[in-house]
Amino acid sequence: MMTSQPNDPVQNPAFPASQSPSDAVASANGTKTAPQASGSLNNMTQALRTNSQAPLTSETELAQAVAVRNFNAWYGDFHVLHNIEMSIPERRVTAFIGPSGCGKSTFLRWINRMNDTVEGAHAKGHLMLHDLDLLDRRTDVVDLRRRVGMVFQKPNPFPKTIYDNIAFGPRLHMKVSKSEMDELVEWSLKKAALWTEVKNRLYPSALGLSGGQQQRLCIARAIAIGPEVLLMDEPASSLDPKSAAAIEELISELRQEYTIVIVTHSMQQAARTSDYTAFLYEGVLVEFGPTQKIFTNPEREETENYITGRFG
Amino acid sequence: MTPAILSDPQKRESAMRSTSVRQMKNRLFVYFCTVVASVSVLILFVLLGAIFTQGLNFLSLDFLKRPASTDPAECGVSTGLVGTLMICSVCALFTLPLGVATAIFLEEYQPKSRFFRRMRSFVQLNITNLAGVPSVVYGILGLTAFVNLFGIAGSHSEPAFEIGANHYYQYLNLEPDEPQTMLIPVSGSDQSAPELKTGMLAYTGNGRQVELNVISADAAWPDDPDLEARTLRVNETGGLLTETRWYHFQIPFGRSVLAMGLTLMLVVLPILITASQEALRAVPFSLREGAYGLGASRWQTVRSVTLPAAIPGIMTGSIIAMSRAIGEAAPIVIISGVAFMTAMPHSLMSDSPVLPLQIFFWSGQAVKGFHDVAASGIIVLLGVLLLFNMFAVILRQKLQKPLS
Repeated sequence: MMTSQPNDPVQNPAFPASQSPSDAVASANGTKTAPQASGSLNNMTQALRTNSQAPLTSETELAQAVAVRNFNAWYGDFHVLHNIEMSIPERRVTAFIGPSGCGKSTFLRWINRMNDTVEGAHAKGHLMLHDLDLLDRRTDVVDLRRRVGMVFQKPNPFPKTIYDNIAFGPRLHMKVSKSEMDELVEWSLKKAALWTEVKNRLYPSALGLSGGQQQRLCIARAIAIGPEVLLMDEPASSLDPKSAAAIEELISELRQEYTIVIVTHSMQQAARTSDYTAFLYEGVLVEFGPTQKIFTNPEREETENYITGRFG
Repeated sequence: MTPAILSDPQKRESAMRSTSVRQMKNRLFVYFCTVVASVSVLILFVLLGAIFTQGLNFLSLDFLKRPASTDPAECGVSTGLVGTLMICSVCALFTLPLGVATAIFLEEYQPKSRFFRRMRSFVQLNITNLAGVPSVVYGILGLTAFVNLFGIAGSHSEPAFEIGANHYYQYLNLEPDEPQTMLIPVSGSDQSAPELKTGMLAYTGNGRQVELNVISADAAWPDDPDLEARTLRVNETGGLLTETRWYHFQIPFGRSVLAMGLTLMLVVLPILITASQEALRAVPFSLREGAYGLGASRWQTVRSVTLPAAIPGIMTGSIIAMSRAIGEAAPIVIISGVAFMTAMPHSLMSDSPVLPLQIFFWSGQAVKGFHDVAASGIIVLLGVLLLFNMFAVILRQKLQKPLS
């Protein structure tokens, strides 16, 4: 359980920020002395306004889905992530932002152990999904990935029919009758806001769909196995603005039922879709807090510099 | 500061390459390529023309149906064609699973432990090297490994295990009016001639089971018609006769269709493995990631995502490998070397001629007519190869789908 004081949103150093690894970033630029909303934050504020569901500050009694303590990750000898400490809240959207190469995708890929497919990737520390140790070698990754779904940057539907794409996941894990599968496919496609577009053509190849539709299909495919957590690695970055907007809308729809972790390069997207935002820089978690706070009143100067576009 | 070669107009002008020379070189290269390509096609056409003019008058449906003969006018390719098809089927049956499985092992499994990493690179190195080994060498390997099974299980004439074969000693019953053969069953092909005794089990020439009646060398031939039909003199010499059924099987395999097919497997396995590896490598990694991300195990990913996506490439590769197997003669010469055989191969253990070997045999004959037979044989072989390649092209067109 998270603990925090229900204080004034602006003044309060919000809950996860209190757990930010101050020792790890102490040598960086020091903490910002006077919180101030910069003028160049205007477009962010615009974006934040559309994000009506986001909490202004950390909520009390918020269950944590993924607990991260003293987490370090490497590719071979290259130290990618340094002493990450954070709690990813349950049934909320958490966004990871930061410049390319800061380790946000690596972090995401450790949450469902996708890094197992990368040679030389290893990690140490404490990474728990509820009571499941994600770093334990004995952890069954097959079962873990059933609980933690993933959507990739580039839409990657299988070269199968739309129906079979959705049915692929359930068939891996369950014995499902035809009628149950039909129901499941319909439900997933509706959930991913794709049903009306494809309900009359479930059996042609999924590769005939547009990029945005393919990505929504991938989300539907991920939901169809009933995950607790959805990881999204820049889900809208290869899409046109309209499709990206559809994906963002979808994320807002899904936030009620799933813990969503999204990696994004777009500040506006983070501001629009997420409840909590984590800013990573060179493998260090610089700041983590409610999105409203990170974008309007960041604790640290690097965060403000980044979100106002001064670097990165 | 812009470099002088760009900023100084004079320097720039003098350094410029001539456009017209560049264009001319460009055109010359196109002409060169066209000429080279035409020459190779021309050679092929000359070859085909020569063969067709020589072999076409022999070619008929009958030519396909007739077995080989000592008379060129009566000669056909049926035994060779059936032998080639049988051997290639055996080869395909063993090569496909082995080759595809090896390719999957090499491409899809990243070995975690040092031992497996070593093993993987060892296997990969071997396959790359094996692809360059002359096929005659494979023939010798096949002779040792499949024909004789390294000599650990008897020899191919005295197999350690055998079913579906009956061995007899064949004698001639010298009945004055109607001489006929008598068959005495023996347990194996390694038996020496049995000692003839009255009351032994024997078969008459028409397959009737009888009790043998043995008389001494100088005794008078019996008069009783029933008795004289099953009588042999005690000093009669006979010869070994082996009758095999369609399910005849023995270990070691001997000079057989199975041994030849397995040897050809060795020849084409590196080709198929390399082709399958290419096909698997062409499957985008994002598809595998998608499957892993949904919680598919490695086997589930291979079975339902990677392999189906790679199947068109694997199919084309395997058909090309089979075309190579059809045309291969050298390893077959080592193993069997039989080019003239009138009996159809009827079991996996039959010896059999193959088309390329028959063509080689005919073209070396002194009788002029056989050269035409060889040309007709080449046309048949080309036809079979063309059929295979056509199949490969159609498959590629039909099955090749975009993957992402």
